[in-house]
Amino acid sequence: MSGAILEVRGLNAFYGPIQALFGLDFAVEEGGATALLGANGAGKTTTLRALSGLIRRQGDIRLGGKPIAGLSTEAIARLGVAHVPDGRGTFTELTVEENLRLGAYVRSDRRGVRRDFERVFGYFPRLAERRRQQAGTLSGGEQQMLAISRALLMRPALLMLDEPSFGLAPMVVAEIFRILAAINRDEGVSMLIVEQNASLALDLADRAVLIETGRAAMSGPSQTRGADDAVRRSYLGY
Amino acid sequence: MNAFLHQLASGAALGGVYAIMALALVMIYQATQLVNFAQGEMAMFSTYFAWKLTDLGWPYWRAFAVTVVVSFLGGVLIERVVVRPFAKAPVLASVIVFIGLSLIFNALAGWLYGYSVTDFPTPFDGPPWFGQRAMSAHESGSILVSLAVLMLVYAFFRFTPLGLAMRAAAQNPTSSRLVGIRVGWMLAIGWGLAAAIGAIAGMMAAPIVYLDPNMMAGVLLYAFAGAVLGGIDNPFGAAFGGFAVGVTENLMGAYVVGSEVKLSVALAIIVGVLVWRPSGLFGRRLVARV
Amino acid sequence: MSRVAQPGTILRLAVLAAALAFPFAASGYHLYQGAQVLIFAIALLGLNLLTGVNGQISLGHGAFFAIGGYGAAILTAKLGVPYLLAVPLASLVCFGAGFLFGFPALRFGGLYLALATFALAVATPQILAYKGFDFLTGGSSGVSLAKPHAPFALPLTTDQWLYCLCLLCAAVLYWAARNLVESRVGRALVALRDQPIAAEAMGVNAALYKTTCFGVSALYAGVAGALSALAVGFVSPESFGLSLSLSFLVGIVVGGLGSLGGVLFGALFIEFVPNLADQLSVTFGESAKALPGAIYGGLLILAMAVMPGGVAGALEAAMRRVSRKK
Repeated sequence: MSGAILEVRGLNAFYGPIQALFGLDFAVEEGGATALLGANGAGKTTTLRALSGLIRRQGDIRLGGKPIAGLSTEAIARLGVAHVPDGRGTFTELTVEENLRLGAYVRSDRRGVRRDFERVFGYFPRLAERRRQQAGTLSGGEQQMLAISRALLMRPALLMLDEPSFGLAPMVVAEIFRILAAINRDEGVSMLIVEQNASLALDLADRAVLIETGRAAMSGPSQTRGADDAVRRSYLGY
Repeated sequence: MNAFLHQLASGAALGGVYAIMALALVMIYQATQLVNFAQGEMAMFSTYFAWKLTDLGWPYWRAFAVTVVVSFLGGVLIERVVVRPFAKAPVLASVIVFIGLSLIFNALAGWLYGYSVTDFPTPFDGPPWFGQRAMSAHESGSILVSLAVLMLVYAFFRFTPLGLAMRAAAQNPTSSRLVGIRVGWMLAIGWGLAAAIGAIAGMMAAPIVYLDPNMMAGVLLYAFAGAVLGGIDNPFGAAFGGFAVGVTENLMGAYVVGSEVKLSVALAIIVGVLVWRPSGLFGRRLVARV
Repeated sequence: MSRVAQPGTILRLAVLAAALAFPFAASGYHLYQGAQVLIFAIALLGLNLLTGVNGQISLGHGAFFAIGGYGAAILTAKLGVPYLLAVPLASLVCFGAGFLFGFPALRFGGLYLALATFALAVATPQILAYKGFDFLTGGSSGVSLAKPHAPFALPLTTDQWLYCLCLLCAAVLYWAARNLVESRVGRALVALRDQPIAAEAMGVNAALYKTTCFGVSALYAGVAGALSALAVGFVSPESFGLSLSLSFLVGIVVGGLGSLGGVLFGALFIEFVPNLADQLSVTFGESAKALPGAIYGGLLILAMAVMPGGVAGALEAAMRRVSRKK
């Protein structure tokens, strides 16, 4: 490993006056994938929102060594953090193609953007078929694909995914995770992934962090974590 | 027959002005779910600015262009300084702030330029175009300018990355920020564009309604009626509504109610639409936001 | 059982005493101005019930003021109705007009009501001047009516009597508004402003409450308009334009949204700021005409930014600070 793309130390986050995260520490290796696991309401989505600056947060957050804790959401996105939010964040009234063009909004390398369009259409041919269609008319799975593609068009240094399996049929989920694995393995895109479905996430990730009521309960390489039956039963519920 | 055509033409000329004013209102509405009650007075102030430039001896089109640019910058500035602090305030507070803004612009114009009614030049002087007699040169030119504005705005939002980003910011601010769009600036640019469009509307209306600090109250009201009629969340519905209101208002004024109560036509349209078809002709059905 | 009088009650009694003493200390034009302040206060009470308490925006209360004024003028001057009957009759007409006008706009949220009432405010002078109603409204020249004299051979001048009449109406309507706000209905109105969906879920009939509130609010404006017609002795279309409606809005914002006592400050403000501008225009010429608009506009924005409670809110905060120090 060539070091960490994302390092988080002592992350606190707040919804208004209410503190939701308490001194979280974890990292995402360059080219690696870290899974954030935990029960409903533990603070996984909150962690991503805090990293993107969508909610008030304190602590030391470094992207490729550069502190980003004080930056705005837009500035963080422009540094290459692509956040696929829960609910997918589709621009429902725009076409599929316009959604993708928004992913490339801050880029000026036209040729690279065109190549990336081809690339995501290679992963998700269904989006190519529907590129003129209004995005709100896509199925849930297609919208998830669109959200991932939009994020990929940002040429991200770090791809943050919030429950990509949520509400989707098992076959669609399997397809999406197969492609995510390929993106991570073949292209070396670093990922931070929040999942309810722990086994899926652990297959993809090389590290895992277990969050419990806003604190990191455990973290480490995902193989040992996945093998540890006691942890599985008590925290992951399967 | 000729008189009727004449009424139709002058209705369409003013209708074009209402249409682009309605378009400006809808642009702000789509981004903020608010209607800018100061739109009319801002446009009036821009028009005075243009008048001052022509009065200084500037050629018309240079004054026109500079006014549009200055209005754009003024709109951006107003959004940043006055409107932005109330972004999270309730509707009532925003409406009160807009009314405050309109009173200030009205007072400013009166203070700087006086309250007397003034002529405003038109670039479309001379005999009617194409040898026809129903439509004066200014009316023809004004309709042309309105259509050009509508097409430019359409092309801007449809084909440019900035236009796309502004549409995105209006409908999903959070997702927009997550792809790196500076949503705050998109709103400011929206205000700038609305102010620039308003300036054009003012300059096209002024040769017809004459220049005075209260010249735009009526125009704004007809633009409201146009926006409500076409659907306040649909730019092209609103533009269509503007033209429709212009023609209706003029024909009603000429043949039915008399020109001195024309403003109540706008009132009747607004109330009528609210009663029978609150989403307007082309708008989406309104759903209360919980 | 002894009850300690609250500072609020003391304040109200003091204001009432001062208002009662005023007609015997002041004279002529000042009495007329005093009556105007009371008239504005009544209109502001009505608008504040609607906007401050119930959260509905009206930019067109000048129209209801106009209906009250024209109603009283037509009833007394053209139909020979005694003025003491004409005022309540005209106000009832306003209630009906407000109820009907509020109805369509209500269902679609504050913005549509703002649009519709704005349209009403702009269109009102034209409608009043409409030739078709000439026989009633006198077209653009308006209607004159006789100022009423004091009844029962009371030793009061016409100005004093008018002032007292306005004071009586203002006091009664203030009392009624207070009772309304503190009643179950008042709580429902506030709930509809702050938590509309919850309030409806708990069984508040939103449409009925809001339209009735609009009607009552218009009734207040109507009483004010009718009294104004009596006090001025004349109604004409230009006095009921958009600027009147907007000055009402300024009045309740300056006094304090939702504060019934604050309307007195608001009324004083909108009566005397234009007056001040008139005096200044003697020295500074026409440009002083811009002054009220500039002050109004600046204050509206400033009030929303730093003093959303208006003068009443600021006073209350100051009083609280003082009593805490004790």
